[in-house]
Amino acid sequence: MKKNAMSLRDALIEALGADAAPNAGQYPASVPLFEAPKARFAEAAAVLKAREARLVAEWATDETPFGRGFGVWALYNAGDEYLTVKCGVPYDAPEFPSLTKTYLGAWRFERRMQSLMGVEPAGHPDTRPWIKHEDWPKDAFPLRKSFDGETYLQRVEGDYRWVRAEGEGVYEIPVGPVHAGIIEPGHFRFQAVGEDIINLEERLGYVHKGIEKRFESLSWTDGARLAGRVSGDTTVAHAMGYCQALEAAAGCAAPPRAQWIRALLLERERIANHIGDIGAISNDAAFTFLLYQTAILRERMLRTNKTLFGHRLTMDMVVPGGVAVDVSAGAASAIQDELASVSGEFERLVRICEDNPSLEDRVYGAGTLSAALAKEMGVVGLVARASGQNLDARVQYPTPPYADIIPAVPRLRSGDVHARVWVRVEEVRDSIRIIREILRYLPSGPLVTGCPAPRPGAMGISVVEGWRGEIIWWLQAGPKSEINRAMARDPSMVTWLALEQAIKGNIVPDFPLCNKSFNQSYSGNDL
Amino acid sequence: MIYSISIECLQIAFVLGAAPLFVGWVRMLKCWAHGRASAGLLQPYRDIYKLFYKDVTIARNASWIFRAAPYITFGACVLAGGIIPVISTDLPLSLSADVIALVAVFAIARFFTALAGMDAGTAFGGMGSSREMMVASLAEPAMLMSVFTISLVAGSTTLSQMVHVSLSSPLVLRPSLAFALLAFALVAIAETGRIPVDNPATHLELTMIHEAMVLEYSGRHLALIEWAGEMKLFLFASLGVALFFPWGMAGVYNPLMLPVAFVSLAAKLAAIGAAIVLVETRLAKMRIFHVPEFLGIAFILATLGMLSFFMLE
Repeated sequence: MKKNAMSLRDALIEALGADAAPNAGQYPASVPLFEAPKARFAEAAAVLKAREARLVAEWATDETPFGRGFGVWALYNAGDEYLTVKCGVPYDAPEFPSLTKTYLGAWRFERRMQSLMGVEPAGHPDTRPWIKHEDWPKDAFPLRKSFDGETYLQRVEGDYRWVRAEGEGVYEIPVGPVHAGIIEPGHFRFQAVGEDIINLEERLGYVHKGIEKRFESLSWTDGARLAGRVSGDTTVAHAMGYCQALEAAAGCAAPPRAQWIRALLLERERIANHIGDIGAISNDAAFTFLLYQTAILRERMLRTNKTLFGHRLTMDMVVPGGVAVDVSAGAASAIQDELASVSGEFERLVRICEDNPSLEDRVYGAGTLSAALAKEMGVVGLVARASGQNLDARVQYPTPPYADIIPAVPRLRSGDVHARVWVRVEEVRDSIRIIREILRYLPSGPLVTGCPAPRPGAMGISVVEGWRGEIIWWLQAGPKSEINRAMARDPSMVTWLALEQAIKGNIVPDFPLCNKSFNQSYSGNDL
Repeated sequence: MIYSISIECLQIAFVLGAAPLFVGWVRMLKCWAHGRASAGLLQPYRDIYKLFYKDVTIARNASWIFRAAPYITFGACVLAGGIIPVISTDLPLSLSADVIALVAVFAIARFFTALAGMDAGTAFGGMGSSREMMVASLAEPAMLMSVFTISLVAGSTTLSQMVHVSLSSPLVLRPSLAFALLAFALVAIAETGRIPVDNPATHLELTMIHEAMVLEYSGRHLALIEWAGEMKLFLFASLGVALFFPWGMAGVYNPLMLPVAFVSLAAKLAAIGAAIVLVETRLAKMRIFHVPEFLGIAFILATLGMLSFFMLE
């Protein structure tokens, strides 16, 4: 018990001794950075795993502008403590010890690093490319500095080796990447016996746009606009994440009023998306009535956004150093009125949803992600909370106003579709409360403060609870104070993997329902 | 004889023309129930018209079955439209084909649609065919049991004779018919692919039953399949009307009754459409493995109807 109470930082120093060298170049200082020798990188992971830490993200940097090779980074979290471990990797021998055997969640992070940066995870059981499809030339690593982002690449021939299942009555169902509905592209391959799914393999990357690479040719200010477009339905959260990381690296802080308005926009985004999702999940069980009713509610919120802020999804409202819009007294009362009517209507729909046994029959027990598996895979956000995990970045890593207005974290144990619907319902209710509190105590003051470019080599990190879950942004300034590397970790990057596990033992026609209850982003995953 | 043949032709033309209207009515009510603006009563006609003018795309490895299936399905539904007394009992086809033949005609349509689903070799087609066959194997016996109960009452399996008997006998409440009606309604939901068994409006390939089989179709082939599907819904509604509520239908050599027959049919179908929408708005689709239980209930109800005929009547 005493051992577990020890902080991650102390545990790491105790285990690695002088090999864990603190680096003060990453801000805020509350997220410490330790540099470890490459040989002890995996050991550090095991030490932190023993302290019940979760692998939050793993990424690679090309540090040739600093005259170094590659950097491999891992971000961990336990309770309210975040900690970064880095190891250097020589340019001519780009290989680092894989963390996959310690952390399941490292599986796709490392495949991504291998595909896009060309650093090899030694000991990784799966060396197939991820995100970068096989029609790319093998030696094209777009995140390396030596790769010119404007090069036109020739398509090459290649094969993707799918996981196979053989036996009496086993058949394969390939679904996508183009779907019948208007959704993003992604390929799902099922192995099924009759209607029972024995394996699902996802293949994503169809919406890879090279966003991370694109950042490196943008100014810090323009970066906020691109960050708001990582995933269109999460524009506020991603722009907030980028801006907070930039502000940390640059050593400036958004004024209090700006931070509160950011939270207001973030909670509005959460409500609109959750309400839309509840309808969409019902629609996948052919309960169309709720889809259209929730669509009306969501539309009402988007129209208020358009009237008050000039954009339906409130894109580009969060800017480095503050916000681009104010909430006037008139706007505040308009939001209060809208919330009153949305809240009343929402409660009516929740009752309809609860009172419908045919819908309940579909959502209970479908797509169960056990608490143990959710923890093991490092799942975040509403999916984690539906599987019994007490995770909410607004509570564990509070930025104003969440230190004053503490969100309630709904937590369910069953981990099925119903739990994920219900977490959304509770979060909508709580977000309405938070917005009301924000409007009541909104501090006055300026909206934006001047933000200098970060010093050369400075790094900034931020943690934001978007509506899907915890979003990480990590920025690194180059030698000329330009963007050297921008890393975005959408919740989808960890949670897509969990969907594969949650679906086992379900039947094929229940997949759309389970998938919609996760509703992960393709764009945010593929970048 | 000429009169009968002209009535027969009139009825087939009527079924062809009115089936999309009925579907348009159901869709319109559904839109209103959801609080949406509807595309209007005539949208199904526009859809069929549009599809007829679109090009047909056929998989390279598709065989003649794939090309023939839409025509066979459509033809079977037209034939069924001549067997079921929709507006009049004066149908020569109804005399030559009884209710068992009718079930067989629908089975032929289904058989070829299922074959065509597997023909192109896609995963969805095979999946849809297998599910359709699962539903069919349970729905068809339940349907026969339900209709046989009425045959017992009428002493015939010929549809026009059955309608004729219930038209000419005094109105008495028969428990056997109540059971048979319930069974028939459940079977009709499954046969026509409505919620809670199947969802005709879904875009989710993995959840489809009937739609999964016809995913590969396009252009005029799809138009025929859609039209046939609309006729099937119309015919099941009309069959329900003919078996359980035939009052107002034109009898033998009674052309003056025809206007009344049209009006009463329209009113009854409008009510059935409203009932469909009521059910579909209230219910989510059931898990596919609950469909056998659902059809099992239909079979038991039909059996109860038959038993109660022997015991009570």
